[in-house]
Amino acid sequence: MLSLLKSIWIVLRHTFRRKVTIRYPEEPIPLPPRFRGRIILSRDPDGQERCVACYLCAAACPVDCIALQATEDEHGRRYPAFFRINFSRCILCGFCEEACPTDAIQLTPDFAYVEYERPNFVYEKEDLLISGCGKYPDYNFYRVAGMAIGGKDKGAARNETPPQDVHSLLP
Amino acid sequence: MNEILRQVLIVLVVMGGALATAAILIWLERRLLGIWQDRLGPNRVGPLGLLQPLADVVKILTKEDWIPPFADRPVFVIAPTIVVLAALIAFAVIPVTPTIVVVDLDVGLLFVLAMFSLGVYSVVLGGWASRSKYALLGGLRAAAQLLSYEVFMGLSLMGVVMLAGSFNLGDIVAAQKGMWFCIPQFPGLVIFLIAGLAETHRLPLDIPEAETELVAGYHTEYSGMKFGLFFVGEYLGITFTSAFIVTLFFGGWSGPLLPPIVWFVGKCLFFICGFILVRGALPRPRYDQLMDIAWKLLLPLALLNIVITAGILLIMG
Repeated sequence: MLSLLKSIWIVLRHTFRRKVTIRYPEEPIPLPPRFRGRIILSRDPDGQERCVACYLCAAACPVDCIALQATEDEHGRRYPAFFRINFSRCILCGFCEEACPTDAIQLTPDFAYVEYERPNFVYEKEDLLISGCGKYPDYNFYRVAGMAIGGKDKGAARNETPPQDVHSLLP
Repeated sequence: MNEILRQVLIVLVVMGGALATAAILIWLERRLLGIWQDRLGPNRVGPLGLLQPLADVVKILTKEDWIPPFADRPVFVIAPTIVVLAALIAFAVIPVTPTIVVVDLDVGLLFVLAMFSLGVYSVVLGGWASRSKYALLGGLRAAAQLLSYEVFMGLSLMGVVMLAGSFNLGDIVAAQKGMWFCIPQFPGLVIFLIAGLAETHRLPLDIPEAETELVAGYHTEYSGMKFGLFFVGEYLGITFTSAFIVTLFFGGWSGPLLPPIVWFVGKCLFFICGFILVRGALPRPRYDQLMDIAWKLLLPLALLNIVITAGILLIMG
């Protein structure tokens, strides 16, 4: 009997404790820094889009929600002609972000994207491409990669030595 | 003509008050349980969530009201209404204030006990008419629990009757002018509190509904407004039991300064919150422990209470 009364007293004491409920739209929910939310495509620090349409994200995606088609511009730089993510399928696992070699595709701490109709959940490149660099502000793939495209010759990348003329090595 | 109008008005006021309290309880219970569980209750629908009962009513009315094809139709439909009827009728004898009482029966207390007994039918018939395993088990356990606790519920009130000298609830309230009966009849109060918890099958004595056990007990097969009626009946039972405890043990409408209606409503609210607190705080006993306590502990205590009260009254002349 006494233990019952003690239980009642303990519960009554909780009247004046702080409530743990987060009053959501008025109070923001504290998110961890690596929260996996809505997907975006980012740009270089120079302003060109990072995505080189290598299909690695589409291959890594466990639910096959990414569709894209590669094409080249006049300088020889690859870019996606279309890039489509079906957000009604996307499970926000982050595999695409891990697979991307250029830090183009990124997951942002935005979970409040809602639609009334299911077809509106298919986001095209113009819905995904942002004007900034996303989470990685100083990575420019083509400054560290070895291939030659318009504006950069072989050997002009960071940490890259100029190409050897192999004929000059002959005995 | 004026007299009849006045009576009708009193009936409407008492019945309306009871139903309004049951509706407010929908909100109050969830808010209070939230407060005691370190969370907020409903606070979105209307200011402070006060329109939550309205949202709940709309929800329940628009749900699919499915009657199982294997159920016993007429009994299935009637069962939820019995508990609401019994609780509402029982409100007729409660003296809300010295002037507001629907009918001043000389056997008011016996009438209330009879209405409690009628309320048992609802649970048992609901479980039986559903013709499903869990509902039947719930109905069986409900029948056993409610019958057992009813035995000493009546007995625990005999002490109050002896002190007041009458079964008339108005006389019982008047007899508490000097000292509320909660002090001389404290064991009777405790026993009646436990019996009241059992009769309205509220946690911790809610084996009939046992939300975490028998699926949902006797109201497993119920949906839509019939389910809503079971819950309204339960809230009416809580309101009525609180009002009854206030009338019998805590002086009814008496109190200094403030008007009687304020005292009555305030005391009832206090006990209603007590019911909700007990729901949030105590674990559910096992079924055999429940029956053990009833027959082996509380029934002898109630009889002892009667004997000692009678003895003391005899000695004091």
